[in-house]
Amino acid sequence: MFQLPPDRVLLWLGALLYLAGFLTGLLALLRRTGGAAQRTWLNVLLVAGWACQWGGLYVRGVAAGGCPLGNTFELVQFVAWSAMLVYFFVGTAFRVSLLGLFTAGYAAALAFIALLITAWDTARGERIFGDNPWIEMHAALAVFSYGVFGLLALTAVMHLLQNWSLKHKRLNGLFWFLPSVVQLDQINQRMLSLGVLLLSFSLVVGGNWFRQDPASVDLPKLIVTIGVWFAYLVVLLLRWRAWLVSVRFSWVCLVMFMLALLSLGPVNSSRQHEIPLTPADR
Amino acid sequence: MEPTPPVLFFLGATHHTAPLAVREKLALDETRTAALAAKLQATPGVKEFAFVNTCNRVELYGVGAAAVFGGFTGTLAEVTGCSPEEIGAVVKTHTGHHAIEHLFSVAAGLDSQIVGETEILGQVKDAYDKALARHWTGPVLNRVFQKTFQAAKHIRTHTRIGEGQVSVASVAVDLAGKIFGDLAPVKVLVVGAGDIGLKTAQAFQSRGAKAITVASRTLSRAEETAAAAGGWAASLADLPDLVAGADIVASSTSAPGLVLPRDLVAAAMKRRAGRPLFLIDLALPRDIDPAAAELPNVFLYNLDDLAKIAEENIAHREAEVARCKAILAERTAALWPQVARNLGSADS
Repeated sequence: MFQLPPDRVLLWLGALLYLAGFLTGLLALLRRTGGAAQRTWLNVLLVAGWACQWGGLYVRGVAAGGCPLGNTFELVQFVAWSAMLVYFFVGTAFRVSLLGLFTAGYAAALAFIALLITAWDTARGERIFGDNPWIEMHAALAVFSYGVFGLLALTAVMHLLQNWSLKHKRLNGLFWFLPSVVQLDQINQRMLSLGVLLLSFSLVVGGNWFRQDPASVDLPKLIVTIGVWFAYLVVLLLRWRAWLVSVRFSWVCLVMFMLALLSLGPVNSSRQHEIPLTPADR
Repeated sequence: MEPTPPVLFFLGATHHTAPLAVREKLALDETRTAALAAKLQATPGVKEFAFVNTCNRVELYGVGAAAVFGGFTGTLAEVTGCSPEEIGAVVKTHTGHHAIEHLFSVAAGLDSQIVGETEILGQVKDAYDKALARHWTGPVLNRVFQKTFQAAKHIRTHTRIGEGQVSVASVAVDLAGKIFGDLAPVKVLVVGAGDIGLKTAQAFQSRGAKAITVASRTLSRAEETAAAAGGWAASLADLPDLVAGADIVASSTSAPGLVLPRDLVAAAMKRRAGRPLFLIDLALPRDIDPAAAELPNVFLYNLDDLAKIAEENIAHREAEVARCKAILAERTAALWPQVARNLGSADS
């Protein structure tokens, strides 16, 4: 019977394919040969990388007996995987030029950082969700929303770059390849709405479980999680009311994602008080 | 006398050799074209021909006996009424593979006044279609023209010769595309009803902008320009409201002072709910306060800014010419042996 290679082999392969996709896109951009064939190559590499990453996470999931979110390594890998999945939909729906290149670089960076910092993967929780599929869904949706926020941070960077080029009349480099500022602003709004929706749903599911068993979640995790959700919700409301627009909106989206990524540390270490850790099988 | 073998030839005057006044005299209208065609058809040894006639060039491509080719300058003088000396001073000729290389360059836009422009390819296609329909062309020219279109398409898609706009109005429209994306739902306000205002409005209209308003001190003039640009007319007195409602403001009045001071723009931005505003100052002296550029979400470009971008684009195109010529030389070298065989000679 067909047996998948070890999880880290697949995850390394995924990271390398993302890097190859990024370099292919970058080369096409530098040589200004970004035609349909180059886009196809980039997307083939990204799909292959994503499939390998999925395979790696699947192997770990089978070993862990649930969604592989047992340590920082797995969380970061899952965020990169989610961002790529969202890109496949957003990139197809809105045909945002250069988003594939940016996502490839971002996913490769996250995947390589996670693989190279071995301390993130020395131990992991086994069966961290018990037999409760709702908790598993809560966790998966929450981390998936981070993937959406990650992609939002990328489109925010693209918006900032395009805005800066237009303001300072530096119309070289990426300028002619990036989408318009209005298009990027609209995508930012939609991504923010999607991320908040997913995170809200995750918190509703998690909150329901928390009501039944308040001792299962400790206070730091609760504060950090609700804090991230509330901050994104406020940003969304401010954008809807047009009180936070354009460059400021993009900067806030970027800074918010940095803070959200940093929040993964406290959330994970908080959870490790609850879950017995076992050495990760590498 | 032994008949000389046929040659592929080119004879013509272009903007490189002939000033506008001479090109005007040489221009081939329908009557002149018919007269010239009749003379060529009546000339023994002339087998095929086609004319490429645009505002920048009058060109004759043909296949004929080398002995009769020398007399075509006189034929052109007869038809156009120019003196043979006048024509002799501006006409250039090429034969053999040089004629093919010249046609390739023309169709690819390398020989155009604005290097890399695309209109010429359509004009060459029209010229060929006309010649084909009237049975002026034959196997040699048919093959040469078909290969010309392929070569021009290759140059267009595989080089940067057509990248970037080279006129101020087109650059402004391109920039608007980078701010708003689709220009169809964008509201354009043109301040000033002069020729520049009209051309700017037409440039935006040609790229899909539907809501165009022309504002002028004199409403009747605004109405005239608005009618020509397919928009609405408004009075300058309504400028604060008009700016607040527009996405693009192109100003080209002859007013001695500022028409759009910073405060007016700032007040308009407060009413725009985060929508960007693209300000284009085409006036001299300037109409729009340069300090307006400091406002968030406002993008201000003046004549110098746009001209600089256009010049950069022209420079990029010109830098690409050598590469294009090398590609066309390769293609000419590949085509020439086939054409030479068709001509019944290894070389002409």
